[in-house]
Amino acid sequence: MILNIFYHIGRFVNLFRLMFSKPEKLSMYWKEVARQMNDIGVGSVLIVSMIALFIGAVAAMQFAYQLGNTFVPLYYTGYVVRDMTIIELAPTITCLVLAGKVGSNIAAEIGGMRQKEQIDALEIMGVNTASYLIAPKLIAALIVVPMLVAISAFISIFGGFLAVVPTGMITEADYVLGLRSFFVPYNVFMMFVKAFVFAFMLSAIPAYQGYFVKGGSIELGKASTNAVVLSDVAILLSDYIIALILT
Amino acid sequence: MIRAIDIKKSFDDVEVLKGITTTFEKGKTNLIIGLSGAGKTVFLKLLVSLMKPTEGEIWYDDTNITKLNKRQLIDLRKDIGMLFQGSALFDSLTVEENIRFPLDMFTKKSKKEKQYRVDEMIDVVNLKGSNAKYPGEISGGMQKRVGIARSIVLNPKYLFCDEPNSGLDPKTSMVIDDLIHRITKENQITTVINTHDMNSVMEIGEKINLLHMGKLAWVGNKDEVLENENELLQNFIFASPFLQRLRKRALGK
Repeated sequence: MILNIFYHIGRFVNLFRLMFSKPEKLSMYWKEVARQMNDIGVGSVLIVSMIALFIGAVAAMQFAYQLGNTFVPLYYTGYVVRDMTIIELAPTITCLVLAGKVGSNIAAEIGGMRQKEQIDALEIMGVNTASYLIAPKLIAALIVVPMLVAISAFISIFGGFLAVVPTGMITEADYVLGLRSFFVPYNVFMMFVKAFVFAFMLSAIPAYQGYFVKGGSIELGKASTNAVVLSDVAILLSDYIIALILT
Repeated sequence: MIRAIDIKKSFDDVEVLKGITTTFEKGKTNLIIGLSGAGKTVFLKLLVSLMKPTEGEIWYDDTNITKLNKRQLIDLRKDIGMLFQGSALFDSLTVEENIRFPLDMFTKKSKKEKQYRVDEMIDVVNLKGSNAKYPGEISGGMQKRVGIARSIVLNPKYLFCDEPNSGLDPKTSMVIDDLIHRITKENQITTVINTHDMNSVMEIGEKINLLHMGKLAWVGNKDEVLENENELLQNFIFASPFLQRLRKRALGK
């Protein structure tokens, strides 16, 4: 078991060492980065927005409900929704969703290329496949995922507003006052640190799973599932470690 | 010319190749034939350096490729073209983009020059009108032709084909065989074909290497196949009773 873990860590590190070599042609790599940014970013905006909207709405409603019979001022709802979203919900929930959507897609795409001998074909041509197939996905994720997380944070806070203001649970003035109270810019920094780390996890782990897939469609399915499960675990674990370090 | 010298390959305790020595000649269609499990695919992967032999040497003209480092191997591979059993075309690229891929990746040619070369290749493999189609929209035979076009677009010195006729009907197989043979002659390429297609053996087998249980069992050419009495060869080429009767009739027995 422990040997197996070290085997995978060693192979993972070796794969990344190969990845950082000089590209055969930079323009081809940038073209691929642009394609991946479109797939990962544009392709995920809708699902990320929908989830953020409802998470924000539910968080605001629950909190306003909890504060209903207490002496805590209602404007705290806006404050709590804002900080909860920025510190935890936007980066973590967004990246867990992306690990499912993007992670399984990356594992299946690279694994499918392995099975159809397309990776062998690239190697025979003299292409560094670790670099050409994985680096653009990683770079695209590192660029696009923080953007998605920021969008998600805005929409989540707006979702909270939609859930509690039009329904009369609290007033617009209270919600906005809460949003503007006790703001700590450091929390935004923490959100982006999490977004970068999670972006790496949700692209690198599935790429590794797909790159070394062996066998047929059952193994590809397993690799895809492992990619999502391991990315989710890695995201939650690193969330805890980042929280320990940065708070 | 490619020379394989005393090639051995083992996976754990299983010895798949047990010392193969042979040559593949320039300007000829060199065939590797044998039953399933004979070691053909492993031998081909060693020849194109996707694997390293456990023992032995492989020479491309004056270069011992078993001694090359990764960088040198990448440089050498620009002289290699390979047609894969399943064509290995990139699903997200059109026919034209698949053929242009090596030009985009490895040359500094202008857009116009690349387009000219791609059109030339499409002409060679007779695929006019299919430029904008995706691999999923064309037949298996057409995919093989795209694979051939992509493998020769950079004018390789060495061409490898893994089961080029698998999954194709006899007529399409002949078209593919003719195409590979013509390209080999016109460009004086060293072509190595891994096949168990009997028609290919009889049509384009200028040098045939029969593998059996990881060993080289017979070497010859298509003109020698009919009359040679090697039992392994005859059991492979004329496997069915019908073909055995045909052979006897052809030999006047």
